[in-house]
Amino acid sequence: MKIFIPTPLRVYVDKQDAVQVEAGTVGQALNALTTQHPDLKKHLYSDEGKLRAFVNVYLNDEDVRYLPEKEATTVTDADSLSIIPSIAGGC
Amino acid sequence: MLKLSEPIYNALRKHGEETYPHECCGVLLGRSVQNADNLDINTVEDAVRAGNTRTDAAHNRYHIAPQELIKIQRQGRERGLDIVGFYHSHPDHPAQWSKTDFEEAHWLGCSYVITAVANGVAQQTNSFLLTGTNEDDKSFEDETIQVEELVTGRC
Repeated sequence: MKIFIPTPLRVYVDKQDAVQVEAGTVGQALNALTTQHPDLKKHLYSDEGKLRAFVNVYLNDEDVRYLPEKEATTVTDADSLSIIPSIAGGC
Repeated sequence: MLKLSEPIYNALRKHGEETYPHECCGVLLGRSVQNADNLDINTVEDAVRAGNTRTDAAHNRYHIAPQELIKIQRQGRERGLDIVGFYHSHPDHPAQWSKTDFEEAHWLGCSYVITAVANGVAQQTNSFLLTGTNEDDKSFEDETIQVEELVTGRC
């Protein structure tokens, strides 16, 4: 499956906008991604190994945090994951 | 440096006037390069309006739904464009980044454009480049905005 990488993180994946991985679940896909590109890991996960609060991961158009099985959700080659840091602020 | 055309510059400022007294927000699609002096140049090809999901405090907060960001990113990809920045307005507040803007900024290398809107009229527009390599060493740097006039062809 394909994992789309946002602009700030492409420097850690050889400047690619997407990375192809073999995986059966969302968790396996993310694991494969950070195994292929270890420098990416600290930007996605906290020291405790949790996905950073501002990092959103979407399976197609669904937020993985709100899927019933979360990272254990099964995936196929036709699915795609998007990593998308949040954007917010205000005066 | 942030480069954008006059119509795009005017459009993002107008967006802030239209949503006043609430904050507007949007995504800048374009291309990012480093010149020979290692200066980051974000060239904007399109400014895409986004909805502000912070309806609870839209006068001083903004948030773009990730689903909308994904959609805009996908549309950009189809046109060969990347997300190179974001814009929002500060109603009755200076065009300077706030503590909230900084804490919520995570797109390193991207431009954050802020337009002050006073009594419904766009005032100063500033851009800040989010520099650094991670959350611990990130910082906002003042960034020059270069507005380019469109050159029309002559017969």
